[in-house]
Amino acid sequence: MTRDERRAALSEKAKSHVLVTDGAMGTAIQALGLNDSDFHGEQFAGWPTPLKGNNDLLNLTKPDAIRTIHDDYLAAGADMIETNTFNASSISQADYGLQEIAVQIAREGAKLARAAADAFEAQNPSRPRAVMGAIGPLSKTLSISPKVEDPGYREVDFDQVYAAYHKQADAMVSYVDFFAIETVFDTLNAKAAIAACMDVNSACDEPAPLIVSGTITDNSGRTLTGQTTEAFWNSIAHARPWAAGLNCALGASELRPFIADMARAADCLIIAYPNAGLPNAFGEYDETPATTSAHLGEWARDGLVNIVGGCCGTTADHICAIAAAVEGVNPRALTTRPIALRLSGLEPFEMQT
Amino acid sequence: MTGTLSRFVNIGERTNVSGSARFKRLIVEGDYEEALTVARQQIDNGAQIIDINMDDGLLDGVEAMTRFLRLIATEPDIARVPLMIDSSKWEVIHAGLKCVQGKPVVNSISMKEGEAEFLARVRDCQRYGAAVVVMAFDETGQADTEERKVQICTRAYKLMTEAGFPPEDIIFDPNIFAVATGLSEHDNYGVDFINATRRIKQTLPHARISGGLSNLSFSFRGNEPVRRAMHSVFLYHAIRAGLDMAIVNAGQLDIYDQIEPDLRSRVEDVILNRNADAGERLLEIAGRYQGQSSAIAKAADLGWRTSDVAARLKHALIHGLTDFIVEDTEEARKNADKPLEVIEGPLMDGMNAVGELFGDGKMFLPQVVKSARVMKQAVTHLVPFLEEEKKRSGLTGVSNGKIVMATVKGDVHDIGKNIVGVVLQCNGYEVVDLGVMVPSDKILRIAREENADMIGLSGLITPSLDEMVHVASEMQREGWDLPLLIGGATTSPMHTAVKIEPAYDRNATIYVADASRAVGVVRTLLSKDKRDALVKQTRDDYERLRVSHASGRSAKPRLKLEQARARALKPDWQGYSPPKPTFLGVRTFDDWDLGDLRRHVDWTPFLSSWDVKGRYPQILDDPKKGEAARTLIADGQDMLDRIIRERWLQPRAVVGFWRANADGDDVVLWEGQDRAREITRLHTLRQQMAKDTGKPNYALSDFVAPASSGLADYVGGFCVTAGHGEAERSTRFARAGDDYSSIMVKSLADRLAEALAESLHARVRRELWGYAGDENFTNRELISEKFQGIRPAPGYPAQPDHTEKRTLFSLLGAEERIGVALTPSCAMTPPASVSGFYFSHPQSHYFAVGRIGRDQVKDYAVRKNMSFGEAEKWLSPILAYDPRKSD
Repeated sequence: MTRDERRAALSEKAKSHVLVTDGAMGTAIQALGLNDSDFHGEQFAGWPTPLKGNNDLLNLTKPDAIRTIHDDYLAAGADMIETNTFNASSISQADYGLQEIAVQIAREGAKLARAAADAFEAQNPSRPRAVMGAIGPLSKTLSISPKVEDPGYREVDFDQVYAAYHKQADAMVSYVDFFAIETVFDTLNAKAAIAACMDVNSACDEPAPLIVSGTITDNSGRTLTGQTTEAFWNSIAHARPWAAGLNCALGASELRPFIADMARAADCLIIAYPNAGLPNAFGEYDETPATTSAHLGEWARDGLVNIVGGCCGTTADHICAIAAAVEGVNPRALTTRPIALRLSGLEPFEMQT
Repeated sequence: MTGTLSRFVNIGERTNVSGSARFKRLIVEGDYEEALTVARQQIDNGAQIIDINMDDGLLDGVEAMTRFLRLIATEPDIARVPLMIDSSKWEVIHAGLKCVQGKPVVNSISMKEGEAEFLARVRDCQRYGAAVVVMAFDETGQADTEERKVQICTRAYKLMTEAGFPPEDIIFDPNIFAVATGLSEHDNYGVDFINATRRIKQTLPHARISGGLSNLSFSFRGNEPVRRAMHSVFLYHAIRAGLDMAIVNAGQLDIYDQIEPDLRSRVEDVILNRNADAGERLLEIAGRYQGQSSAIAKAADLGWRTSDVAARLKHALIHGLTDFIVEDTEEARKNADKPLEVIEGPLMDGMNAVGELFGDGKMFLPQVVKSARVMKQAVTHLVPFLEEEKKRSGLTGVSNGKIVMATVKGDVHDIGKNIVGVVLQCNGYEVVDLGVMVPSDKILRIAREENADMIGLSGLITPSLDEMVHVASEMQREGWDLPLLIGGATTSPMHTAVKIEPAYDRNATIYVADASRAVGVVRTLLSKDKRDALVKQTRDDYERLRVSHASGRSAKPRLKLEQARARALKPDWQGYSPPKPTFLGVRTFDDWDLGDLRRHVDWTPFLSSWDVKGRYPQILDDPKKGEAARTLIADGQDMLDRIIRERWLQPRAVVGFWRANADGDDVVLWEGQDRAREITRLHTLRQQMAKDTGKPNYALSDFVAPASSGLADYVGGFCVTAGHGEAERSTRFARAGDDYSSIMVKSLADRLAEALAESLHARVRRELWGYAGDENFTNRELISEKFQGIRPAPGYPAQPDHTEKRTLFSLLGAEERIGVALTPSCAMTPPASVSGFYFSHPQSHYFAVGRIGRDQVKDYAVRKNMSFGEAEKWLSPILAYDPRKSD
């Protein structure tokens, strides 16, 4: 299947099915109990700083482990998997001094996921398996000052963020079916990522459509930088995403009203992948597959979503249960909102024709 | 607020170094902290977008724009609104685009430097996600005539939409130029802008029009009152032509109607270029206003504070101003011998003046209710002193008379009654309001205890009519001798004449159409000399009504039920395949966005609930009622902002769909796919009027395929409420003596419930039942019901029997699921709720069953498993015969 064919097949499938994505990458890696030398591998054996926690680096130092995680999710029933490239940008890798190899991490991550998806697709050619190139929010943000006494200060500027994202997207575009700009807590970072992906796409023959997923940080219903769900959508609608939605920070029961807001606002497919509940006192996620999947099944039946999966704390068992819960359920029907001038600050603004 | 706007948008101009000297000074001096307060003030003054401009020779534009926008990002009360990034230098705009997470507006781009440059900027706007203001400016210069403005905008629109730019994100600025400059070639600039606006809006779909106002009045700089008047008059006409937004000083716009008429008419001559010497004539009087702050008789103008205290109290009452009421009341109390004198003297004088203005149609209800709020605050201040005085002297207050009022048992609607109560209080009557759902024995017991002078009954749903008859007959039985007033939406002179007066003839029984009539009726009934004339007049009128009613019943022929059934609508079932809902059974939808619902609010019935009758939005321009309507809607909008922001109300909805087939005039709901087991039946009523047009005699069951058709058809049902939270709020306001806000919450909750029903129906059509995926209507089209499918409610003309609500509610589990219950009279509680059935057939439409014959009542009673008497009771408003007489 070419990537165009795969995307077409997936779009077609989305008309009658709720699609399933994979679960957590980070907590799955944690569960492997790797030590610092596993992260260093042979390639970075002499690297002066600790590398434990640099999950994306495992694309180079422990590729088999990452491949196994992808395989588990595909076997559990995921239609789409995400590359292990959440932090594969020069800005995030600079925390480890690895900014120079960020591009390599991104490219290898994209290849790993591609190979896993292709292998499953080869077993059953009628079932498309897609790869989303994960583009995370960065460790530095454009809308918030790290200095309390100087609110106008910024650690990075838009052009630097754009350049980092551009390199990452460019490294992945030949392998992925979509770019997934995810866990957006500062919409301005996301806008830089969108501009970067748009530019990469317009310079290549086979552009990868965008998926944009924001993060509502608590029950106030706002992103970390203060936008409501609808304001967030208005800010990113120019990306004309293939899918938009929310992930991370909240469990399914807390996320529901905001997904409903997104489902009302957005005219594309709606993607939702909550955490396995809220973390317990030890920072662990202990919501069972049965609980998570019951929520997502209900969202599907209530016509709120088109694509579901899991974020932090979810496992292959969760994905298996989620896939079963949405099996045979009609997806949310695509809606077109009345044409209107829509703007946003932290809150949405709309002027209807 | 969520910023859902139907009308004109104010763009704040003060954060513009060329629009505000103060802002410029702060930025140049680097006092960004203080400059942020300028932004905040504009938003407080009503700016919905703020324009930010740093174009000044003393400034590094890129640096200043970046710094200011980054600071704004950390101020939530500023960052909540969209920004307009304004510069004549693209690099400054570009820098600004890199600092905002929201979707801003770029101001501006143009074809001044050719198409290539223009399109590059359009692409940048697309890449950063921004709407854009396009100036009517091309390679040859700025457009000044109507023709050039239209031609340039059309060209730009074509280029942009061909490049994939969304047309709804285009805002044209067709250039507002200075008028009355003394040069005759400038005289038509206002007209050119207005006409161009109209044409652009007509020919370039979804595009918006904006403009910068300050140029217009350039010739009168230094003369603020004249400039403000020019801006207001210009906006008044340009908005009508389609101007959507303008960069204005949001705190400094005069109300068109309040501009001094002579000035307004001269300004209007200038703007509309109505005569050659218009500029001269404006100049002639301009000097008069020099140095004043504005040319309107403003309520905020504090000149009235210099008069004596009685005059001040009167002024505050007439204008509804509470700011000084406590100190003025206190001053009046100190001047008076006894606190009661303040009430009987200046306060009552003021309220009498209000009553007169209201009676003359110079004040409107909402204003009167505001006056009442002032009165209440004054009285509240006096109460402790009155209590003390009472202890000392044993005296009680005097009143013009005492009225006991209630919404009758089984009914929960009280907006109208509350308004009547307030108006009566304003006129010096003492009102004992017993609230809603009040049983007859309680009304009469309290009336006795309070030694009332009369009793008022109110109700909205038809079963309340019977309850009123019951109260009336109890009054007759117990030998009362007090006037009985009847009011409420379903009541009428006819019903009062035919049903209530015959039940209680020991004293006057009078129907009162609305609050403005109530005072006159009460006053007359309590006056010694005019009372008898009114009573006799009413009795005569009602006797005539009874006669015409009796003759009307026999005069209009009714078909026999079987004849009517033979004339049922018979759709072509053969060629029809019923749409299948996306789910069967019942689902709850409780994640509604109030801000979204606000867009669907129909303001016409809102105004009407306040006795301001007329069609929205035309009424806003009504010379007589316009001001009252505008103020009321502005107050309503303000409260909506709070309702939304503070989540006062929790809208909830439940929807169900069931397999269904018609069986005669019934609709059978089926349990399983085999359609063998009945869940229940809906019962519908059929029109029996003789129609000579050959039109069918409808029943709602006609819109559902009969089982014999072999088709798998469906019906739906719903219940929505916006009432959770309403009672708590309105009670809180009422306790604080603020009836205006109390009634406002109720009337807004009602409108939000209707909006929710409308919005849900749209969702049902497009998604949940999904048979109209492609419909796309404006709010106005929605209100005029152009879409396919209906949602008739039991108790309304297409199914006048309220008891069908019981079937609906048990099917939906409405009480368990969304907390809406039915009273014994089938009124929904909380009252801000709407329910009904859904029919999807393309031929389905609303109709009125009209009056029905005894044969149908008998048939219906059997179908519903009800006694004939009970069926007759519920259907009494639509009987075509007198139930007391046999055939």
